Amino acid sequence: MTHLIELKDVYKIYPMGDETVHALDGVSLSIDQGEFVAIVGSSGSGKSTAMNIIGCLDVPTSGSYHLGGVDVSTMDDDQQAEIRNKMLGFIFQQYNLIPKLSVLENVELPLLYAGVPAEERRDRAIRSLERVGLADKWKHLPSQLSGGQQQRVSIARALAGSPSVILADEPTGALDSRTGREVLSFLKQLNREGDTVVLITHDNSIAVRADRIIRLQDGRIIYDGDAHDPRAVVQPDEPPEADIAEQEGAV
Amino acid sequence: MNFGQSFRLALKSLTTSKMRSLLTMLGIIIGVASVIVILALGNGVQGMVDEQVEKLGVNMMQTYVWGRGDGSTMDLDPDDMYQLVEEHPEVLTGVSPYVSFQATLRRGDEKFDKTQLYGVSEVMFKNETQATMDGGQKLTAGRFLSFLDVERRSNVCVIGAYLAQEAFQGDALGQTLSINGASYTVIGVLDQLSTGEMLKGGPDDQIYIPYENALELMGARYVTLYIFTSTSGETAAQAKEVIDSMLYDRFQGDTDAYFTQTMEEQANLINAMMGVAIGVLVAIAAISLLVGGIGIMNIMLVSVTERTREIGIRKSLGAKRKDIRRQFVIEAGTTSAIGGLLGIALGYLLATGVGALLGGMLAAQMGGGASFSAAPTFGSVAISFGVSVGIGVLFGYLPANKAAKLNPIDALRYD
Repeated sequence: MTHLIELKDVYKIYPMGDETVHALDGVSLSIDQGEFVAIVGSSGSGKSTAMNIIGCLDVPTSGSYHLGGVDVSTMDDDQQAEIRNKMLGFIFQQYNLIPKLSVLENVELPLLYAGVPAEERRDRAIRSLERVGLADKWKHLPSQLSGGQQQRVSIARALAGSPSVILADEPTGALDSRTGREVLSFLKQLNREGDTVVLITHDNSIAVRADRIIRLQDGRIIYDGDAHDPRAVVQPDEPPEADIAEQEGAV
Repeated sequence: MNFGQSFRLALKSLTTSKMRSLLTMLGIIIGVASVIVILALGNGVQGMVDEQVEKLGVNMMQTYVWGRGDGSTMDLDPDDMYQLVEEHPEVLTGVSPYVSFQATLRRGDEKFDKTQLYGVSEVMFKNETQATMDGGQKLTAGRFLSFLDVERRSNVCVIGAYLAQEAFQGDALGQTLSINGASYTVIGVLDQLSTGEMLKGGPDDQIYIPYENALELMGARYVTLYIFTSTSGETAAQAKEVIDSMLYDRFQGDTDAYFTQTMEEQANLINAMMGVAIGVLVAIAAISLLVGGIGIMNIMLVSVTERTREIGIRKSLGAKRKDIRRQFVIEAGTTSAIGGLLGIALGYLLATGVGALLGGMLAAQMGGGASFSAAPTFGSVAISFGVSVGIGVLFGYLPANKAAKLNPIDALRYD
């Protein structure tokens, strides 16, 4: 059977000065429809690169990436844009709403680029806002909302295009813990309603809210399995000092 | 992303920073306004020239006779010209010597030193139209110079409305005035040419006397300018040929000895000169449009940098290169289009204002009820608008393309 997301032996190598950095060093993973997966790792582990590749914002240096059965690893800019538009919904740490557009216009954006006619666009955006409980705020500008509300608008925007995968990059990073928990509960609820959610985070306490954890270190998967397995949240068997030194080196 | 949305977005970003938008547009505004004003004024002058030609009569021509520099001018007598007209009634209808200079007139203690004096023959006043041959002026009182007046070199004159009013308080007939010391009797008064107030040195400050008297007053010996009329505007060119061939024979093939120019030729010459002048001015104004375009490009590059994150967000949501490019090109085009509209409005106001001012001056100068209107033509407005939109799109393309090619990851991370 085909998986929704399937990475095979993916490398991402950047030149950095005279040396090369292996941001992803032979990663293979697959995620199925309806899963709630957290990709965890410290800074420099390669999780952001993984998120960029899964999110079709970047292409691997080698290896293949199939999204919904289609090889997207060799696509050009515009083809990737189309895949992002049709199959992916992004939730960012900084919300990334466009400040001069209203809440409704922000949520309409993915539909606009999909070429959905104005009336239908508006209906779908409103329905999407209803799902996050902010339909009454459609006229507001993002700056008139609280952080938690803004993040909910960005979730509504991610949902508007009915994507196959919701990709959340540190969605709680800019929120206080209570609001962060609300957002996580909401993602959990979306997952229960059938959406596939991929969460990228450095925070174990957030990662354990997912069903499955994929832990990255130095561009390699060091754990992939049940989120409730104790090994999922245990730091790898390395001395803590070495870990810190390596992190600093990567930054 | 559709056009309407891009356009609304463009308007939104224009109105959020009004000062910056206005400064960006300034180059375009000035450029477009200049082009509009120049074309409108040029158009006004052209219209006035054409009107003047129409008024004077398209069947008029001037013949200058200088001779061959060996006294041969004497060989030609006004009688030869009269004879020429008689011999060619199919094309020529009249001729008059035309001696003109600025004379000093006195009436009692009053002095008129800006008066235009014309020395002509009786032919200058046409019996069929009861009007002068050159200006189409009619008499309000008395009569014009007669054959005998000219033949006998009588000290008689026909005066313009300005002199009649200023020197004689309207009762001029039979009165006398002195021209450069000689006493002349007023036998006729011409009707008023100026539309407004009559001015010293204006078209109504004029006087007609027999041409030989004028030659004497001027201290000249020969008539060097003749005014001919042809049967119609169509026969003017033929008439010119008739005149020139006679003069060619008379001066033994020396074409430098004489020169004939029809009114049409004269108007064409003026219009051609005007055309060149307008072309040069428009080219200079176009430089301002170019500078305006560069200004737009500059501000668009700044805008792309400022909005890098927005571009990243749009790209992550599925905007393709062409979507981003279109958004910025439309924004640049909208900026310059609004600049163009403001320029057209400014140009219109300036052209009407300057036109009214200049029109008054020119009308007073040229007389004959010359009217001057400097309204911008629809064509010049349409072209200015088109050019300004074109400039925005052209100079907006480079920044827009830069925006379109941004890498979404870098753009999203940009602060």
